Amino acid sequence: MSMVEFKQVVKSFGSLTVLDKVDLSIEPGEVVVIIGPSGSGKSTLLRCINALETIQDGDILVDGRSVRGGKEEIHQIRLEAGMVFQQFNLFPQMTALENVMFGPINARGMKKAEARALAVQILGKVGLEAKANHSPAQLSGGQQQRVAIARALAIRPALMLFDEPTSALDPELRHEVLKVMRDLAAENMTMVVVTHEIEFARQVGSRLIFMEGGKIVHDGNPVELLSNPPSSRLKDFLQHVH
Amino acid sequence: MDFQWSVIWEALPNLLQGARLTILIAAVGLAGGLTLGALAGMVRTYGPKSLDWLARSYILLIRGTPLVVQVMFIYFALPIIAGVRIDGLTAAILSIIINSGAYVAEIVRGALLSIPKGLQEAGLAMGLPFRKVLRLIIGPLAFRRMIPALGNQCITSLKDTSLFIVIGVGELTRQGQEIMAENYRAVEIWTAVAVIYLLILTAMAYGLKYIEKRMPIL
Ligand SMILES: Nc1ncnc2c1ncn2[C@@H]1O[C@H](COP(=O)(O)OP(=O)(O)O)[C@@H](O)[C@H]1O
Ligand SMILES: [Mg+2]
Repeated sequence: MSMVEFKQVVKSFGSLTVLDKVDLSIEPGEVVVIIGPSGSGKSTLLRCINALETIQDGDILVDGRSVRGGKEEIHQIRLEAGMVFQQFNLFPQMTALENVMFGPINARGMKKAEARALAVQILGKVGLEAKANHSPAQLSGGQQQRVAIARALAIRPALMLFDEPTSALDPELRHEVLKVMRDLAAENMTMVVVTHEIEFARQVGSRLIFMEGGKIVHDGNPVELLSNPPSSRLKDFLQHVH
Repeated sequence: MDFQWSVIWEALPNLLQGARLTILIAAVGLAGGLTLGALAGMVRTYGPKSLDWLARSYILLIRGTPLVVQVMFIYFALPIIAGVRIDGLTAAILSIIINSGAYVAEIVRGALLSIPKGLQEAGLAMGLPFRKVLRLIIGPLAFRRMIPALGNQCITSLKDTSLFIVIGVGELTRQGQEIMAENYRAVEIWTAVAVIYLLILTAMAYGLKYIEKRMPIL
């Protein structure tokens, strides 16, 4: 069974159609990188997967569960799909450790001591054990984003969604976040990544999607699409992000 | 003019009695007002249209009329309409509840709206129901932002209790008024009344400062 399956998905905000009959299926272990001009619907596509946006037509199945299946289905989908945002969105009143413990305790019902042990382990994985008791405000952007990744991983998702995870970071801080994502990909995590990091797409992506105007225009092997853009639109786009 | 300390000394027991009532009305009234205001504020921010309409009307009504008119209505008009007798103290407390509740509702709404949407989404995205997101993430953050404005409301409401002189509740101002009607010592009595208010409000201001320090805005 596919991890994610879009079937003729239509998403609109009022009269503006943002996803226009999108079909897409993502298999377990794939690293799907989504690129495209601003406003093409990349974030919306990602946010529809875990029902942060409701769709108007068609259906999306996540591990066989429909985003239109009601509260309990959506709850299960969200436990299965971790999300990382461009602006980190860490809870400012909690330390790094508390941020990571939060999901296991409150979404999974895990005991505090168990959640703490898990959080320490996952913070270690993103290289931040030493910062466990720092508050988000005391961390650099790159560190905050790594905590945010740890927080998402702590609910033990089968799928990770990244919405421009490095776009709010200074160039010299991006690599530490990209490295964590690389490590995740190496562990066979299924990932959907909206990004402008073309090198990441080339090296880590198993699949590249180019979106424009709410439609998937290209969908294929990253190395092939990037070295031989099949359309002038993609070629132009690539010249602009470089 | 001779300022006679003995006048104050004699009046003190009654004035302190009044101060106690002032504090009681303000404390119970504000506890109710904060609860009512929190509910109305959440309804205004997240509630369905029908309930929002109710909350809006309530706020419009209370903010659009003076407190004295509100307490007069509760004390004199409500018994006629509803056929229940309401004593002065109950009317005073009810007035503070409904009056402060309307202002608190707007404070709560403003603070809830000021919390970045992304935090709510981060909570929802990890599988929490909205209630939990509100209780565990947005609520505590919003509360910190409300503290200065809520503090102002507490101070205002405490001073508003002096208006209950109009329905004869023996709070601090009323006590001063009654003592002065007997001994005509306006200077001593109103000085004493003012100093007692000042002490109560200064204590409140320090309490608020302490809370603000312990729970800084993030
Ligand atoms: N909540 C919203 N309300 C109205 N329009 C929106 C909303 N979110 C996104 N849009 C619009 O949908 C389109 C696609 O947005 P988005 O998915 O964020 O694009 P991208 O991530 O590719 O830049 C844009 O035109 C944007 O203005
Ligand atoms: Mg976007």
